[in-house]
Amino acid sequence: MTVSLAQLLESQATLVADGGMGTMLFAAGLARGSAPEVWNVERPEAVRRIHADYIAAGAQIILTNSFGGSRARLSMHGLADRAAELNRAAAQIARSAAQDARHSVVIAGSIGPTGQMLAPYGDLEPDDAAEMFAEQAAALVEGGVDVLWIETMADMSEVRAAVEGCRRAAPGVPLVATLTYDTRGRTMMGETPEHAAETLEGMGLLAHGANCGNGPDELLTAIDHMHHAQPQAHLVAKANAGLPHMVDDRAVYDAGPEVMAAYARQARANGARIIGACCGSTPEHVRAIAEALRQEDPVT
Amino acid sequence: MSLIEEIREGVIEGQANVVLEKVRQALEAGESAEVILNQGLISGMQRVGELFEEGTVFVPEMLIAARAMDKALTVLRPHLVEAGVQPIAKVAIGTVKGDLHDIGKKLVAMMLEGSGFEIMDLGINVPPEKFVDAVRQGAQVVALSALLTTTMPNMKDVVDAIDQAGLRRQTRVIIGGAPVNQNYADQIGADGFAPDASSAVRKVRELVGV
Ligand code: B1M
Repeated sequence: MTVSLAQLLESQATLVADGGMGTMLFAAGLARGSAPEVWNVERPEAVRRIHADYIAAGAQIILTNSFGGSRARLSMHGLADRAAELNRAAAQIARSAAQDARHSVVIAGSIGPTGQMLAPYGDLEPDDAAEMFAEQAAALVEGGVDVLWIETMADMSEVRAAVEGCRRAAPGVPLVATLTYDTRGRTMMGETPEHAAETLEGMGLLAHGANCGNGPDELLTAIDHMHHAQPQAHLVAKANAGLPHMVDDRAVYDAGPEVMAAYARQARANGARIIGACCGSTPEHVRAIAEALRQEDPVT
Repeated sequence: MSLIEEIREGVIEGQANVVLEKVRQALEAGESAEVILNQGLISGMQRVGELFEEGTVFVPEMLIAARAMDKALTVLRPHLVEAGVQPIAKVAIGTVKGDLHDIGKKLVAMMLEGSGFEIMDLGINVPPEKFVDAVRQGAQVVALSALLTTTMPNMKDVVDAIDQAGLRRQTRVIIGGAPVNQNYADQIGADGFAPDASSAVRKVRELVGV
């Protein structure tokens, strides 16, 4: 079943988004330090399975396995020249996982940071960044995504470059952007939720908000601030399942499904319209989120 | 304000050109390179670190300050080499594979350089083989930085790679970075851990026996 994100936002009070992809892939055996996007070609079934499990748990929006799929980020693994191929495959896998769903599913093409600092603080020129994002966006759209989903950003000029790149490559495709507020309530680059909400609202995005970071509590505060600054905005909340600590070489996150259920209720109370999870979460966490939201807001 | 104080202020304000000019003037006035480094550049950068911890400044300010310091170092470095006698030891420093955090490592490298060590800065996102190569090229100490919980385990890969190359006995490995602790150093078989840049200098001195 296909439906647009704009339609879903119009017809339902809150939408359920999926949870973490990277941490699920590592749990499925992806080698530490290797690029998750490679599995789009080498182990597509494993990626598809994770999407299918999130959909079965109630996710109405799933994010493709392409967070690190920009040329800049892939070049850290010597894979720069496979950017188009890996992003296209990411979109195709998500599409195929959504085909068997019993409810409507929106496929969102995940676009993460380049991993480099933009000028003037770093060496990457905004226009070069925009070109890399355009390349990634074009491949994601070619593979069949419904929206482009810029996430885990810290620097507003990188968000701007990503938005610009997406519009260059795919002018009609709706955009969503979320930042990570992990440094004393701001992003690493010092951006506040209030200011970001105003800026993003001015960019004409379909939705924006916060993801990742230091667990549900800090993210909920950021959402609250954004909602007060821009009450009419469609806000996205995607918190990590708590904070990671190392147990035998593995990152373990400390929030269970019940914690995420409480987070989902609070996120809605704080004004979020799209609620999901990020690093460390599993389909169990998303099921708890979906159930918590549906108790008060039955899905039609 | 003395020239040294102006250099320190310039770093805090991130004014690269001012810092550069004042460092030149100080050198011409016969100020020792070591004093310029420690009381000017490093002291200024440490203050920026404190302001960052307090939440008064954010990453952009810190990066601009680091850049000012870096630029001044290019002028200062030849004088440090001239003034110092033999370097105490050769240290290869880098941020481990998968990790792009540069600032803390750079501070540690600067403090070590200022204390008389020869530095091979391998940069960020450094694979284990590069550290092994550095040891082959004469580094007695390998200094590893990691800022991400997820890249900490890559420190163990470096220790293991040095071991597998048969170079472990002649090499001292020190690790640091916000998520790292002594317990983790023990766990992966590193020789030492330091929580900040000045204790890193103390630790490295201890490891090479000076
Ligand atoms: C060899 O012996 C030694 C001994 C001592 C050693 C040592 C080695 N190395 C360090 N030390 C010690 O001495 C130094 C001086 O006293 C100290 O070094 P520090 O580096 O600790 O201190 C510096 C002087 C100042 N501190 C810093 O420079 C780090 C500041 C914060 C804000 C930070 C920054 C700046 C950045 N980041 Co990132 N970043 C954060 C940091 C949050 C924070 N508030 O600290 C942290 C580290 N980042 C984090 C994350 C998650 C990320 N970052 C990322 C990216 C970045 C930027 C590129 C934007 C930028 C780096 C720019 C640059 N050129 O370095 C991403 C990862 C990219 C990658 N693959 O590395 C990304 C994954 C974000 C994303 N989703 O993309 C978090 C790590 C969480 C965790 N524990 O895993 C984080 C704690 C923020 C947070 N609160 O969540 C000591 O640790």
